[in-house]
Amino acid sequence: MYDAGKVILGIVVFLTLVTFPLWYNLAGETVVQAPELEKAQGTQCVADTEWMRARHMDLLNDWRDEVVRDGERYFIGPDGERMEKSLSNTCLNCHVNKDKFCDHCHNFMSVDPYCWDCHIIPKEVM
Amino acid sequence: MGIDRRKFFKVSGLTALGLAGGSVSKVFSGEDFLDTAAPVRPEGPLTAQRWAMVIDLRKCHEQADCNDCVTACHTTHNVPKWENPKDEVKWIWKESFEHAFHDQEHPYQQESLKHLPTLVLCNHCDNPPCVRVCPTGATWKREKDGIVMMDWHRCIGCRYCVVACPYGARSFNWRDPRPKIQKIEPDFPTRSRGVVEKCTFCEERLARGMLPACVEACKYGAMHFGDLEDPHSNVRELLSKRYTIRRKPGLGTNPEVYYIV
Repeated sequence: MYDAGKVILGIVVFLTLVTFPLWYNLAGETVVQAPELEKAQGTQCVADTEWMRARHMDLLNDWRDEVVRDGERYFIGPDGERMEKSLSNTCLNCHVNKDKFCDHCHNFMSVDPYCWDCHIIPKEVM
Repeated sequence: MGIDRRKFFKVSGLTALGLAGGSVSKVFSGEDFLDTAAPVRPEGPLTAQRWAMVIDLRKCHEQADCNDCVTACHTTHNVPKWENPKDEVKWIWKESFEHAFHDQEHPYQQESLKHLPTLVLCNHCDNPPCVRVCPTGATWKREKDGIVMMDWHRCIGCRYCVVACPYGARSFNWRDPRPKIQKIEPDFPTRSRGVVEKCTFCEERLARGMLPACVEACKYGAMHFGDLEDPHSNVRELLSKRYTIRRKPGLGTNPEVYYIV
């Protein structure tokens, strides 16, 4: 190989630069904290917290399709009571502060769901 | 001979008992209701095999200044009010008779009739052209009751349906509608820019056991809503007794809004 020294040095510099954020964070011991979300007002969520944290978007998509496409508007909650599949009415009934619940985590994760372009935050109209 | 008449009756009697017993025990054991994953019906939704509307234009024409149905619909569904007619969004509105029924026209028609305001809305056609052209399935005819539905989540704003609808029943949101909604109704979503909207026969109210907002708002009993498949329903009764017409029947869309003239 010609210019082996230069090539290897180049590779080393390249790898260092690319992995810089990783080892910089490790060295600095800056541990990123998950955002603290506001406690819900109700006693029990429609599913357990861990599952909701990971899959709430799938649940909302399923609800959306079931309500709009199949007209199935209700489900049996964990307490055995009949509940409406509704973002504005069911979810936000307990998670009353959208800013400190939905937006707080969505901003941290840098996701921008467009639910609220159409769906109404109950507080907004009161 | 393998079986005589006596034996035949015994066996068939026992079989019938067994079958009946089986289904009876199933009802009393309640096993049909144990499956909580099954969809739950709310108390008393209004259901029909084929929803249809009959509008009594004679009663409506007597109250030419009344706009209650339009106001009720547009406030219930967060329909924006734009000043510029190019941006206009409407679910139900008044059109002059000659425009609503231009195929009924002839040069010597009563001058008074021509200009009478006539209520028009989505006809919830049996053969809806808007559904045929929708590339995303955002609009479809509900098999269970014939309502032509809109799924605003799926609408990509191509406006094929606006062009396909021969009744002008569909409006497009050229701009964000929110600032132009006088008072937001929290029970119903708004739409976003780039989405088509129209009347849905108040399917969300029917699901809660309420009549459509326009029918409920009409003080003069000019709007009737019922099941076309039920021979004893209010709409069938009216259709069998009164002379009724539909808008542009020759197109083969089979509209389900009927007019008493």
